Amino acid sequence: MTWSATARGAHQPDNTAFTQQRLPAWQPLLSASITLPLFFCAGLAFIGLGLGLYYSSNGIKELEYDYTGNPGTGNCSVCAAEGQGRAPPPNCSCAWYFSLPELFPGPVYLYYELTNFYQNNRRYGVSRDDAQLSGLPSALHHPVNECAPYQFSAAGLPIAPCGAIANSLFNDSFSLWHQRRPGGPYVEVPLDRAAIAWWTDYHVKFRNPPLVNGSLALAFRGTAPPPNWHRPVYELSPDPNNTGFINQDFVVWMRTAALPTFRKLYARIRQGNYTAGLPRGAYRVNITYNYPVRVFGGHKLIIFSNISWMGGKNPFLGIAYLVVGSLCILMGFVMLVVYIRYQDQNDEDDDDE
Amino acid sequence: MQRESESTEEPEPPGRRRRRREGRTRTVRSNLLPPPSAEDSVAGATKGERLQRLGCVQHVADNRLKTTKYTLLSFLPKNLFEQFHRLANVYFVFIALLNFVPAVNAFQPGLALAPVLFILAVTAFKDLWEDYSRYRSDHEINHLGCLVFSREEKKYVNRFWKEIHVGDFVRLRCNEIIPADILLLSSSDPDGLCHIETANLDGETNLKRRQVVRGFSELVSEFNPLTFTSVIECEKPNNDLTRFRGCIIHDNGKKAGLYKENLLLRGCTIRNTEAVVGIVIYAGHETKALLNNSGPRYKRSQLERQMNCDVLWCVLLLVCMSLFSAVGHGLWMQRYQDKKALFDVPESDGSSLSPVTAAVYSFLTMIIVLQVLIPISLYVSIEIVKVCQVYFINQDIELYDEETDSQLQCRALNITEDLGQIQYIFSDKTGTLTENKMVFRRCTVSGIEYSHDANAQRLARYQEADSEEEEVPRGGSSQRGSIGSHQSIRILHRSQSTKSYWRTGSRAEAKRASVLSKHTAFSSPMEKDITPDPKLLEKVNECDKYLAISRHQEHPLAQLSPELSDVFDFFIALTICNTVVVTSPDQPRQKVRVRFELKSPVKTIEDFLRRFTPSRLTSGCSSIGSLATNKSSHKSGCSFMSTLSNDSMLFRLEERLGQPTPAIASNGYSSPADSWEPEYPQEPQPKQELRFEAESPDEAALVYAAKAYNCALVDRLHDQVSVELPHLGRLTFELLHTLGFDSIRKRMSVVIRHPLTDEINVYTKGADSVVMDLLLPCSSDDARGQHQNKIRSKTQNYLNLYAMEGLRTLCIAKRVLSKEEYACWLQSHLEAESSVDNREELLFQSAIRLETNLHLLGATGIEDRLQDGVPETITKLRQAGLQIWVLTGDKQETAINIAYACKLLDHDEEVITLNAESQEACAALLDQCLHHVQSRGSYTPEKTESCVNVGFSSLYLASATSTVSGPSPSLVIDGRSLAYALDKNLEDKFLFLAKQCRSVLCCRSTPLQKSMVVKLVRSKLKAMTLAIGDGANDVSMIQVADVGVGISGQEGMQAVMASDFAVPRFRYLERLLIVHGHWCYSRLANMVLYFFYKNTMFVGLLFWFQFYCGFSASAMIDQWYLIFFNLLFSSLPQLVTGVLDKNVPAHVLLLKPQLYKSGQNREEYRPRAFWLNMVDAAFQSLICFFIPYLAYYDSDVDMFTWGTPITAIALFTFLLHLGIETKTWTWLNWTACVFSIFLFFTVALIYNASCATCYPPSNPYWTMQALLGDPVFYLICLIAPITALLPRLFFRALQGSLFPTQLQLARQSAKKYPKKPETTKETLAQKHFPGDTKTELSEGMNTSPFETLSKDCASEASQHTQQPSCSPKTNREPSTVDISVPLREDTVLEDLGAQAPGSSRPDEAVLEACPENSKRKPTSSSQEAPLPSLFNLPSFSSLNWISSLSLVSGLGSVLQLSRSSLQMDKQDGEFLSTPPQPDQDLHGLQGQATDYF
Repeated sequence: MTWSATARGAHQPDNTAFTQQRLPAWQPLLSASITLPLFFCAGLAFIGLGLGLYYSSNGIKELEYDYTGNPGTGNCSVCAAEGQGRAPPPNCSCAWYFSLPELFPGPVYLYYELTNFYQNNRRYGVSRDDAQLSGLPSALHHPVNECAPYQFSAAGLPIAPCGAIANSLFNDSFSLWHQRRPGGPYVEVPLDRAAIAWWTDYHVKFRNPPLVNGSLALAFRGTAPPPNWHRPVYELSPDPNNTGFINQDFVVWMRTAALPTFRKLYARIRQGNYTAGLPRGAYRVNITYNYPVRVFGGHKLIIFSNISWMGGKNPFLGIAYLVVGSLCILMGFVMLVVYIRYQDQNDEDDDDE
Repeated sequence: MQRESESTEEPEPPGRRRRRREGRTRTVRSNLLPPPSAEDSVAGATKGERLQRLGCVQHVADNRLKTTKYTLLSFLPKNLFEQFHRLANVYFVFIALLNFVPAVNAFQPGLALAPVLFILAVTAFKDLWEDYSRYRSDHEINHLGCLVFSREEKKYVNRFWKEIHVGDFVRLRCNEIIPADILLLSSSDPDGLCHIETANLDGETNLKRRQVVRGFSELVSEFNPLTFTSVIECEKPNNDLTRFRGCIIHDNGKKAGLYKENLLLRGCTIRNTEAVVGIVIYAGHETKALLNNSGPRYKRSQLERQMNCDVLWCVLLLVCMSLFSAVGHGLWMQRYQDKKALFDVPESDGSSLSPVTAAVYSFLTMIIVLQVLIPISLYVSIEIVKVCQVYFINQDIELYDEETDSQLQCRALNITEDLGQIQYIFSDKTGTLTENKMVFRRCTVSGIEYSHDANAQRLARYQEADSEEEEVPRGGSSQRGSIGSHQSIRILHRSQSTKSYWRTGSRAEAKRASVLSKHTAFSSPMEKDITPDPKLLEKVNECDKYLAISRHQEHPLAQLSPELSDVFDFFIALTICNTVVVTSPDQPRQKVRVRFELKSPVKTIEDFLRRFTPSRLTSGCSSIGSLATNKSSHKSGCSFMSTLSNDSMLFRLEERLGQPTPAIASNGYSSPADSWEPEYPQEPQPKQELRFEAESPDEAALVYAAKAYNCALVDRLHDQVSVELPHLGRLTFELLHTLGFDSIRKRMSVVIRHPLTDEINVYTKGADSVVMDLLLPCSSDDARGQHQNKIRSKTQNYLNLYAMEGLRTLCIAKRVLSKEEYACWLQSHLEAESSVDNREELLFQSAIRLETNLHLLGATGIEDRLQDGVPETITKLRQAGLQIWVLTGDKQETAINIAYACKLLDHDEEVITLNAESQEACAALLDQCLHHVQSRGSYTPEKTESCVNVGFSSLYLASATSTVSGPSPSLVIDGRSLAYALDKNLEDKFLFLAKQCRSVLCCRSTPLQKSMVVKLVRSKLKAMTLAIGDGANDVSMIQVADVGVGISGQEGMQAVMASDFAVPRFRYLERLLIVHGHWCYSRLANMVLYFFYKNTMFVGLLFWFQFYCGFSASAMIDQWYLIFFNLLFSSLPQLVTGVLDKNVPAHVLLLKPQLYKSGQNREEYRPRAFWLNMVDAAFQSLICFFIPYLAYYDSDVDMFTWGTPITAIALFTFLLHLGIETKTWTWLNWTACVFSIFLFFTVALIYNASCATCYPPSNPYWTMQALLGDPVFYLICLIAPITALLPRLFFRALQGSLFPTQLQLARQSAKKYPKKPETTKETLAQKHFPGDTKTELSEGMNTSPFETLSKDCASEASQHTQQPSCSPKTNREPSTVDISVPLREDTVLEDLGAQAPGSSRPDEAVLEACPENSKRKPTSSSQEAPLPSLFNLPSFSSLNWISSLSLVSGLGSVLQLSRSSLQMDKQDGEFLSTPPQPDQDLHGLQGQATDYF
């Protein structure tokens, strides 16, 4: 190319690595030899990780109780039978008794779980007005059309909070009682119901409309509660920091679940004597049974669980890592066999040359 | 003179050409006249008057060039309208609009529009930019200036081009570019001539002559536009560059015809002429140049077609998924509706939706949600990738030609990948395989051959030019004159050199040649320096000397012996029988002119009488006047003569000549002393080199050859030709007529008056087949006639010999006309010339009448050298599995020999020659050949399909070891048989036969046939075709083929204009196809597959989710991600890979051309690959869905906190998948991948932090941020992609180790042996294809590679020229070694006898077999060719070398078969096979052959 360098034509292309497609390049060849170490390394790493995950998941304790009230499953069946007639159900109470033979290490989380409940249904999921929930006064009185048919009440008042999600707010409530000694009195275990929602939800996304004369009720004047609700939104809780749109239960509920079987956090147990967890003894959970799930074949569960660095109890990840890791090792061995055979061939080839 | 390409330049067959002119005329009148008003139209005012007015109204079109598509206002609507022609765009807009329907909307309507708007905007921006650059160039051109006559100022004023109107008078000076199509009215040239260079238009660099409109040429005073009152009637604007017709109507109602010689075309350059004036006929977009400019071409590539088909599959899949979903949703609704589930949302009016309605809504919504399956960005991405590919092809320095300083040019932007899938190459021969540099090689005059051995040696030396050439300074314009002398010195140097020859060696020479050829066509030093044959030179000198002495005698030529007379005439014919224009190098483009008489070619009878009546001057002159006045009503433009006084004209004539009357009296001949004009200071020095500008390279070659014999053309005017001889001095021939070359007549003639004898001579030069038929029949009674016959047969023998050597042959003949004959002919010719309708046909007839009863002078053999690297390229392309067909207009022998020379035919392979006389014969022959081929085929393991493979493998090994023979036959077919074979009934058979053949050679084919063949193969065999050619005759073929390649050679730009790719040389085809074609195909195929994979996998994620959301068409992936994922996050890496990935490095591809087959077989993108890909995509989406599903099962995760990791997983999976598929990782790949990930997370973080309440319904505020704090997110992002890709990786690795494809092997070897050791790679390559070698060896043993089936349906018995049907040999070296293919007639004959269907009609049989033939050629019969019968010799490696002389006779003994004369065939066969076979000779020669390899 020296010649062309001296007498360069006007149309001569640039002789650079890029234009001549000579960029230095790594050219891996996918064959046994190169994948062999890859498979083994990945396999070993995965198995190690899998073991760790499996054990940490196994360390998590979980206690759950299905209180749907299907006939013959406990005292909630009474309520379930009563609630058959659809809303508004009677304020029926039932209880779940259980005992812990040993300490249930804390922090203990109290979840409720619904099954077969399609919060991810498209028409359900869009039925909300984030602007209204963020406390925008204009949106409060003019909910978006997506909320229909829970946009305006029968009286023509705007519904606050509007939409199907809000309308279907989970309204069972639980209280936990601890009997330290057999036959002793049940002491109520304090449930920390603050900070169960995402910090950003509670502090940023969900805002009450500006108070009118210092009163939340006035702020919500001219609105109607969702049809299924028994009380207006500003009376969800007596605590001013937990009522209205920023009621934590409400905020938690509004974060729609991904799958038809889901849990939502109800409370944490970390106060008083229970910072270390639930001590051994007998317990009673008082359940206010309001929420009808039997109509659509759903279940309601109450769950006590503690948590590890990787979240709640889920043995899947550990198992998955173990399985995939083993698979990698297996493939590695296959590759090894292939490699040895192939290597022989290669050597023959080399000999030929 | 068989320049195929000239057919466009010359009138086509008259019958076909004629078009009705029904009212399709335009009328042009001067703009300077006041607009015609009422008083103009007198009662008698003719149609012309009316037309005049119409004309003024009609052609207001100005000369503004506007190639822009849009204006500022019209851009948006027009561009959108155009874009919506693409169905995909309509589809996406439809989907986006569907979102505006509340019941079915899936996304925010505005957001859903975003991607399609983005795509539209990108395309619109591209269009806008293109349009703007067009606008800029238009603007530039529109504002060029030129001189236009202004009515107000009564003079020529400077105006912009765009201001020129039809009817304006334009004055152009030398070297100016013509702004519009202008009718030439006046020229500074005294003959009313003007030269133009049409390089801008068609790339031809030779000057073309244009003539002032008849009637204006003889005008005395300067042309005054104000006095121009004539009306011009001409054709409507059309794009035919070679045709212009019309007439000019003068005030007095007289008409004169207008022809293309009168028209100056826009874009050409005025040369050689000081100034011209003309009236604008067509302006602006009506000019022929612009009407011819059709802009870039858009083709749809095969891959794209396949892709569109798969897109349809995707649509089907989408509909299926949506239907499934809809049914599912309907059932789900039915199940939960009655139960008043809390999550069931009634209609807005409270009523509940019926399941069926819900299902319908769900269906539509699903279509929106899953729209990603149809990749919106696919088309844009493919366009981007293709543009980049085109860029890289353009930039490839290996495709850059230093000689012409041109690189490969991609004219079609969107069929790059087709280059990688070509199966058939259709190639032109002249100028494509050969250089189109014609070099005079040898000639025969009067039956005596002059072999020009020294010349042959000189040419051979050119081939082994060595590096010392590069030291020679490049010839600048100042040095041009002396190159000739330099050259000869260098030749001496060079003869010592034995260095091997490849491109580099001849570079300097070629470079110089290109410098020269910028100014002069066809005049590289190689073509110019001809070493004369001493014998012939001596004879020429003898003639010259003798004539110099005897020229004042009464009949100077009569004293010469017939042979010397022939020699003299031969060289005169070589010199003047052409259209070569002479220019002097020192004053480029200045005519060297020596005028002796003011006279135009004979145009009228009066003119003729004036010139040829015995009392020449005085009486003649007076008679002109009287005749002219008497006949003033004559159509021709001599009307002006009546206005001039004869005396004054004569007076002026003499004045201007400054030449005494004797000069005129001698009528054409003037002694050297007084022929030199003293008032021309630039008169050429005797030694000064003149340059010859020829229309075709053959002409130039002949003129240079004559010059080598000191018979130099020094001047050519339209009416005279001057030839300079050393002793005789300057001879000036009066040129009466030039009958140009056309492809029907295949000859050209000049009619001259010989200055020495005062006779009227016709010199004809043309194809031997034509000219030999036109010779004056000689009686064999008298001795003279016998002598003549002998000369003819000798000449014919030499012609055959030349053809065998691959030379282009031309016959030179002469005819002496008596004055009466001439007058008689002239009468009809003039009529033909002056007719307005049918002119071409009449002229054609007239020419035929003249060119009869010729006297044969001799013949020439011109070598058209092969381009560099053609054999190598063809070998490589063959190895690449490409079937190469050569379609040429040349004669069969020439074509066959070129084919051998360029390794298209192999000496050891069978050649089937198909020469059929009739349709039936052709059918019968085809049947026989088919049977033959099939019976042969049964030997070989593979049958029909194997052809390519067989061809390849044999060649592959042959190239490595050059021993094993190739078993598949080759087919040679001539034009006539081709016409029969292309018939509907036979085309299938023909194709079937051709498919079996290794290569096909079609000779004597017309441009139409070429395109028909291509079309046939393309449509019937469903094969990818590539046509390559350089001339106008290849245009139709180039346009028909899937890929058209033009060679920007010497032949002009027409092929290039029609082509998709333009290469400077044939050999670049190798790299273009094998490297770039392969890369482009592989890249694009992989990218398209990846696209489908990506979208299917992504959609799969959404689809699996439907099972968990009641088929409600909700998506867990945020709509933003959903919409922009393809467009932003995952697009860049695949683009980079699509542009840069090289599955095999270039040097390996070139080394192993067979890798190209992967593209031909569509290995990378075949339906199986597509579906496998889809299955893999489904699997991966399952993994990527269910790992997060299970990982988050039974947890409090919300929809988008769960969906976002899935998106991230999808992204990682895509990148890793791409990683597995990417073969070369450059820093760009890494950057793109990192950038993609970075972009995704950045966008996600910003998007999730930007607004707390926006983006309903997902409202993903802080989701990403929260996820980044969740270890599970990382854990699933690690395991899911790896698990998803585990099978693919596993199988890839397994396959790569156990069953590696050829491509993988090639990559491996490339990696092992990077770049350098070519030899080891060669062996490596062999080793890696053991299968091939094996089959090949077995083939080599099983098949009989010896039979040369030569079937020649006897040509006309009347024809003297018995052409050898199959006579392969190569002759490049001066020491002639000929190769003949062994024949085995007996078997062939039996074959034929067994099944020839035509045998039932033996009476039709015409047998013209060899014995007869050889009898007719006494010279050859004396040395009967040893017919090789070596077929049983296993050691016979196919090459049979016999001396050239025996080959000549061998010609005669080539088997010629008529389809039905079987009994006779048999006899002949026996007869033929009887000659004793000197085996030992062959063995000896065999050794010789190996030496030559």
